[in-house]
Amino acid sequence: MAALRITGLHKRFGSVPVLKGIDLTIDSGEFTVLLGPSGCGKSTLLNIIAGLESATEGTIEIGDRNVKAVPAKDRNIAMVFQSYALYPAMTVRKNITFGMECRGVPRKQREDAVARVAALLQIEELLDRKPAQLSGGQRQRVAMGRALVRDPLLFLFDEPLSNLDAKLRVDMRTEIKQLHQRIATTIVYVTHDQIEAMTMASRIAVMNRGEIQQFDSPDTVYNRPANLFVARFLGSPPMNAVPARLVRKGGGLVGIIGAGRPDELRLDLPQLRGRAADYLDRDVVLGLRPDCICEPGRAFGGAPGVEIAATVAINEPTGAETVVLLERAGVRLRARVPPDIRLKVGEIASFAVDTRRVCLFDPGTEQLIV
Amino acid sequence: MVTRGRWLIYVLLAAFVVFFLTPLVVVVLNSVRTTEEIGHGSVIGWPSVFAWHNYLQAWSKYCIAQRCDGIRTYMWNSFVMVVPATAISTILGAIAGYSISLWRFRGDSVIFAIVLMGVFLPEQMKLIPWALVLRDLKLSNTIAGLVLIHVVQGISFTTLFCRNYYVNVPADLIKAARVDGAGFFRTFWRIVLPLSPPILIVTVIWQFTLIWNEFLYGVTFTTGAQQPVTAALIAISATAPTDVPQYGIQSAAVLLAALPTLLVYFFGGQYFMRGLTAGALK
Repeated sequence: MAALRITGLHKRFGSVPVLKGIDLTIDSGEFTVLLGPSGCGKSTLLNIIAGLESATEGTIEIGDRNVKAVPAKDRNIAMVFQSYALYPAMTVRKNITFGMECRGVPRKQREDAVARVAALLQIEELLDRKPAQLSGGQRQRVAMGRALVRDPLLFLFDEPLSNLDAKLRVDMRTEIKQLHQRIATTIVYVTHDQIEAMTMASRIAVMNRGEIQQFDSPDTVYNRPANLFVARFLGSPPMNAVPARLVRKGGGLVGIIGAGRPDELRLDLPQLRGRAADYLDRDVVLGLRPDCICEPGRAFGGAPGVEIAATVAINEPTGAETVVLLERAGVRLRARVPPDIRLKVGEIASFAVDTRRVCLFDPGTEQLIV
Repeated sequence: MVTRGRWLIYVLLAAFVVFFLTPLVVVVLNSVRTTEEIGHGSVIGWPSVFAWHNYLQAWSKYCIAQRCDGIRTYMWNSFVMVVPATAISTILGAIAGYSISLWRFRGDSVIFAIVLMGVFLPEQMKLIPWALVLRDLKLSNTIAGLVLIHVVQGISFTTLFCRNYYVNVPADLIKAARVDGAGFFRTFWRIVLPLSPPILIVTVIWQFTLIWNEFLYGVTFTTGAQQPVTAALIAISATAPTDVPQYGIQSAAVLLAALPTLLVYFFGGQYFMRGLTAGALK
């Protein structure tokens, strides 16, 4: 069953289009992350799903029911807000039961529900405090408790971790994921943090300028980005994207970076099939993740990488690894090497390239070719 | 030297203080001087004996417009006027401000602009319209009529105050309440109102002071025993032009009439300052 189905959704504020035709089907039990830069429309989309804003066109079905005329409170959803939005004048207990109170749930039932959720989130001892007396992490938990107590068809999270400090964010990330595994409900989660998206999502919808650029598993979104926007938005540092020319050599294809230069870089791309042939002898954009350019001798999936030589321009040690900016054939590429490999700036060093993971993009449309 | 500049500032400030406080000091002193003393000497002077009975006279004996029971009737009139007028205009302003800032509707900013215009319209301009309205509602020369005027006029200010306070309430709170299923009034009552004491105190002090001190409508739309105390004070000074002016009793009456707003200032002034500068609810 589809927990959420969005078809042809448009939203305009006056004449300004904010969402330009969103189609999205989310299966029951899925953890979907809407990921995009600020202003991409992801929060607006979430608000429309919640019924807090109306769509200009298009339909939304929650649990196979068209919710066009259904107010937020009757959509069988629960929402966690970026600012937590705990009611300041109410105790934690009242915060959690306020929704039930509005719906006229009997007191006994409310108390049972609070007890259940408080135990689940381990906030029993906080129930009689006011939000102002809680730490950031505790507020976050109470906000989740308020959502969980409803037992809805759909959980909506609007950047719930962005107000937490870095360490707490990592902990809460794990907790939310654990919670999802335990209660197995459908979650739509908005964030601009790609790490959150990659670590928690079963599928990521990458958004930009009011459109969904790609909706797929984190693995696919990372390794086979649908276009250059996705390629550059995901990954830190982002995917290297450099102009190249595609030629045939023997039975396979070769990508040439800086063709015609004395130091041109030729990468054999034997695995490329299908539409790649249409781009023979044409310019393409060649995309290669920094994690596909490593220290020499590295094997990728059991096979040795393709060795290349390049000049080291900048070293950026991060502790766990060192990002090396290297120059060759008039372009700069980022590579990731272990921290114990210390390369001198200016020297020519060897690197191993995982050519299996090369992506090609059309330089005009910026869409993925293969 | 810094200190020389400092001294100059202190001297200047002290001069201002003297300048502003002199009338008050004169009135306070005169309120405890006898009529003879003021009449024979200067209007400005230290009392030789403290004539406390001036206050008693002013409160319950002195004749104002042929009625000889002091200003207490008029004080009561003012009180009966100011309490409901302040309460109702504050409540309405809070609801209107809440609606305009947090429960947005189509055309809300236009409505706010129109409401805001009421802040700038001079009282005199509205005298005749109000006279017609009071006549048609059969509220001429009644306290209820003045209450109506002050409620309607007050909504502009109270809406402005509350709206400016409520725009700082996080929008997510209202969204959360909507998801929880709370309607307009439940959200107001349970979530917004408990956040409002700072601005409600400001609004109440403002409205109370303004309405208590209001003179033009009081003197225009009421006569005799229906007048609020501000209008009656004028009647005091108008009594018997042939008589010796009763400056002592008049001063006492003025101070008694000013007492409620002074008390509000002393007890609420700090909240007023705090409320005006408070915007953060986080």
